[in-house]
Amino acid sequence: MRRRKAEELFFKILMLIAAIIVCGSFFLIVGTIFAKGLPYMNLDMLTKTPGGGFYIGKEGGILNAIIGSLYVAGGATILGLLISIPVAIFINMYMNGKKFLSDSLRVAFDVLFGIPSIVYGAFGFLIMVYFGFRASLLGGIIAVTLLVIPILVRTLDEVIGTVPLELRDAALSLGATRWEMAKVVLRQIRPGIFTAILLSFGRAIGDVASVLFTAGFSDNIPTSLHEPAATLPLAIFFQLSSPVEEVQGRGYASALILTIIVLVITVLSEILIKKFSKHKS
Amino acid sequence: MQIRILKDKILSKLMLVFTLASVSLLLIIGIGLYVHSIPILEKSSWGTLVTSSIWKPLKGLFGFYPFIMGTLWVTGIAIVIALPLCLLTALFVVEYAHAGIRRVLVPFINLLSGIPPVIFGVWGVLFIIPLIQNYIAPHFVEFSTGYSVLAGGIVLAVMIFPLIVSIISEVLNTIPQELKDASLSLGATKWETIKKIVLRKALPGIIAAVVLAISRAFGETIAVLMVCGNNAVVPHSVFDPGYPLPALIANNYGEMLSIPLYDSALMFAALLLFIIILLFNIISRLILARLERKLTS
Repeated sequence: MRRRKAEELFFKILMLIAAIIVCGSFFLIVGTIFAKGLPYMNLDMLTKTPGGGFYIGKEGGILNAIIGSLYVAGGATILGLLISIPVAIFINMYMNGKKFLSDSLRVAFDVLFGIPSIVYGAFGFLIMVYFGFRASLLGGIIAVTLLVIPILVRTLDEVIGTVPLELRDAALSLGATRWEMAKVVLRQIRPGIFTAILLSFGRAIGDVASVLFTAGFSDNIPTSLHEPAATLPLAIFFQLSSPVEEVQGRGYASALILTIIVLVITVLSEILIKKFSKHKS
Repeated sequence: MQIRILKDKILSKLMLVFTLASVSLLLIIGIGLYVHSIPILEKSSWGTLVTSSIWKPLKGLFGFYPFIMGTLWVTGIAIVIALPLCLLTALFVVEYAHAGIRRVLVPFINLLSGIPPVIFGVWGVLFIIPLIQNYIAPHFVEFSTGYSVLAGGIVLAVMIFPLIVSIISEVLNTIPQELKDASLSLGATKWETIKKIVLRKALPGIIAAVVLAISRAFGETIAVLMVCGNNAVVPHSVFDPGYPLPALIANNYGEMLSIPLYDSALMFAALLLFIIILLFNIISRLILARLERKLTS
């Protein structure tokens, strides 16, 4: 009997340690980034584009990358949403009685979600070569859109699933067409759509491998879709590979900026999901 | 009246087109990558490309063996580290933790999943590399820069924590309370119930989680690239540098258009990744979908 209790205690302690390691790794990462990035943080980082000699330690900031990332992530999320909302509506409301088909579609989107961003990046590059345009804001937006479509579709799909079936039936029984019913449902899931936007934006702004081939890099803020655009993760990567200490430090500060942006987005979406699931029950 | 119905019909067709187009992306990506791999596949066969370890792009020799081994090493290390930790964490969260503790733990796991790959890479360079170089490696080998498959494995392990924990937790939550109650009422301790009932029932789900985590780890690019050393030789110990496939693609896109066949070789690397990850994903999704169906029926 005592051995059984001892075994239980042993594994209980192991579990506690494991949980502390898994959750603690979050604090370790954020703590490391803050500790290294904060000393190099200043207003110039946020408000200036790289000046002459920025990459050998002279003055400037990474405004180009911040704006570029916002353009790419924002553009991709909007474009992705325009495609994903119809897809989610179709899967949920136009495929009645074809459960096998709609389930297969869901698996397909799950699989697309699992395709790594480097493959989307390589594919985006192929598209660009095929249509003959060079690394640009547009190329980056296209590659990242492909990356976020599965996230948006699956999130919206789950959100639509939480809308009570009675609501749809009520709309249909009043003589509404399926599209009119969809409009009713869309109004219901507005907070859910916002969650999907945040999730997609968070993923898009932090991804490197998809924009590496497609968006290029530039010290200027892009003024048209055909100009190359810098992105925040790439700026971090480039600055970190510099041998100059000052530049590396600014890489840490850039990492801090990206971390804060992403954390704010994640916390917001967590709060929204909580609120949304409260309404459900 | 007629217009409303017409609108519904037109929109339904339009949505069908959108749906088909986005799903067929899977096919289009596969075909696109394959078409661009044809030039290199015409020169050498699948077998020689995958098993040769000579990588001399300037001489037109492309052997992917070191890169495949690099990928396998970092993925293997990541799973070995992450699986036990995540399994124990999920068991703790689902079976033991009080609701209050659960409410504190789970959000942090979610926050971890939101951190971008490049930040993991920066953390790896700042924290894991010095740790290996100064504290771990000296116990085992004479000298290591820290840039090694071990570093890649550790960083990857942390990256896949949230994925494995959330899937295993979901699977654990689906195990019927009656089963556990039956075991407990027969005098088994909670741990014995977990060991003999819960884990056995959850096994397919755990396998699915691992398969999914492997496919995720396979494709991770930038974080691994930053800490792995990127040396095109087959690693022989955890302290050797490695050069995983995604890192190969990411590192060489600049030169790929200037050397003949190079772009084709890189697209072949992407195709390899795509096929492996596609298979692994389908397998794990099918297992999970079947589990879910069993539950709802």
